[in-house]
Amino acid sequence: MAKIKIASAWLDCCSGCHMSFLDLDEALIDLAGAIELTATPITDIKEFSPVDLGIIEGAVSNEHDEKVTKDLRANCKILMVWGDCACFGGIVSMRNLFSTEEILRRYYIETESTKDGKVPSSEDIPPLTKVRPINEVVKVDCYVPGCPPSPKAIHYALAELLEGRIPIVPSEIMRFD
Amino acid sequence: MTKKIVIEPVTRIEGHGKVTIILNDAGNVDKARFHVTQVRGFEKFCEGRLFWEMPLITARICGICPVSHHLASAKAGDAILGVKLTPTAENLRRLIHMAQIVQSHALHFFYLASPDLLFGMDADPAKRNIMGLIAEMPEIAKKGVKIRAFGQKIIEMLGDKRIHPNAAIPGGMSKALSPDNRVEILSQVDGVIADCQFAIDLFKDYRAQHVEMVASFADFDSAYLGLIDDKGNVEYYDGKLRLRDGHGIALEDKVAPENYLSIIEEKVEDWTYLKFPYYKKLGYPGGMYRVGPLGRLNVAVGCTTPLANKEFQNFKGLGENGVVQGSLYYHHARLIEMLNCAEEIKSLVEDELICGKDIWVKSSHISDEGIGVIEAPRGTLFHHYWVEQSGKIRKVNLIVATGNNNLAMNRAVYEVAREFIKDGRLTEGILNRVEVAIRCYDPCLSCSTHALGHMPLEIAICEPDGKVRQVLRN
Repeated sequence: MAKIKIASAWLDCCSGCHMSFLDLDEALIDLAGAIELTATPITDIKEFSPVDLGIIEGAVSNEHDEKVTKDLRANCKILMVWGDCACFGGIVSMRNLFSTEEILRRYYIETESTKDGKVPSSEDIPPLTKVRPINEVVKVDCYVPGCPPSPKAIHYALAELLEGRIPIVPSEIMRFD
Repeated sequence: MTKKIVIEPVTRIEGHGKVTIILNDAGNVDKARFHVTQVRGFEKFCEGRLFWEMPLITARICGICPVSHHLASAKAGDAILGVKLTPTAENLRRLIHMAQIVQSHALHFFYLASPDLLFGMDADPAKRNIMGLIAEMPEIAKKGVKIRAFGQKIIEMLGDKRIHPNAAIPGGMSKALSPDNRVEILSQVDGVIADCQFAIDLFKDYRAQHVEMVASFADFDSAYLGLIDDKGNVEYYDGKLRLRDGHGIALEDKVAPENYLSIIEEKVEDWTYLKFPYYKKLGYPGGMYRVGPLGRLNVAVGCTTPLANKEFQNFKGLGENGVVQGSLYYHHARLIEMLNCAEEIKSLVEDELICGKDIWVKSSHISDEGIGVIEAPRGTLFHHYWVEQSGKIRKVNLIVATGNNNLAMNRAVYEVAREFIKDGRLTEGILNRVEVAIRCYDPCLSCSTHALGHMPLEIAICEPDGKVRQVLRN
């Protein structure tokens, strides 16, 4: 059987979902025969090309994230999102309680260790936007929530997809914190 | 005509960033910058939360070293409560911390960095990753998986989850270690110690085959910062700060971590979201210092455990005055620390105290502020909170491990770009070398900007007016 091609991205997040994927431990070694990782944060291919499965961890919180999300959606047949940030906005969406200006002022100007601060604004870095879950930007086909999802939930979701089914993660292996 | 090269995203590091390199008329490197392209704002949005919640909220800064933030935050909470931990609670904190350093260092070396060393920096990018390692060198990959899993399982035993555990709380720990778990750790630890020694030998073999390259790759002078214990040994959980210059001379010694603001300041640059900490007395950018495995080993005089100390003493001989400055030695230092922490786990768990039930101290005292400092896998981590009498957070200041290395990472990128890019000639392998230089520092940009993502790698050659002439991607 041909390997399933996968591309993934991490946006505004902690990378814990990808780490939970690596926490499959030995099962990762077994999976290596069934999947092929193309452009992901843990491989060196930088550009998305057409794949069977796209995976996103993290919320959309700047213009660059939005571009990556749309780009991956356009290149994948099925889009799966991992973790509370991608599913619902997660802890990073606490930022929405404050204005972007307040966030930047505290970090770059007011913090006690900062000397002669200013807010970076060069075109080399993308401007911040409201923090949004992925389905506010593009269509999502399946969700694996949790902070992060357990390795079991991630394994279950991948195994279901490999069998040709859209996974619905059973509550026993779902995580609620 | 000048040219601008952009590497985006930089991969196999933890975070969002890119590199730009400006070439002069002759096609040689004029300037090089490492940009971090995300910021999240924990310093602001934690305001108004209770300090009790902070170990769980701030753990989410990073999925790779959540335990570091979890513990630094709990330590800041201990200071707010004015409590001293019970001996068992302190040992449990140390145990989960050692477990995390083992897993994080194994993750970095085996899953992210080793493909550059084992396949070569010019190898096919399609296989230069963990899946390639599993396919072609399964025995090495399995050892990496085993070491990481060992650390992660200990974290799970103490905090119910491997990532974002619920373990530490201000005043102590929330759960004791069961005798069964203790037996399980003891049954595996010797095998893991042996595998850590195997990893060190792997790096030593690589070095033996590339002596000059390892010594000269992104080799530059800087100061170093880390925690040390009373005897000057490497300390990860609770010590005093020491800052040494590149000749081994102490710039600061035995500084109480609570006084960090007296020695460190941060500078903001317009072109990156990551701030630049520097040593206050030497100013910016002359006060560049490095943290993490190389920083810790360079400021210390020994390791607390026998096997690691033997490796440490050999390592010290690789530099002048006991200071080793080449960036690739970060890997060597990291693997010595992995062994050190595995041995520490053994000694902590051999002591029956670890299964004690007295793990939390109650306090109704609330100080106005609390500071928690710890050595995270990537370097010294500072959490500083100001609170109201209700326990509500008024203000937060964080300086995270990777951020401390920001000046040094920029310097490393410049050194490597200058060495390898000549006459405007570029190959994928050269671009990867720039990333290899960054990877030495194992940057965790989720931590450092309290944001995470991937680092793009794309090189655009531009006219001086910014018009793109040519784009190269790897």
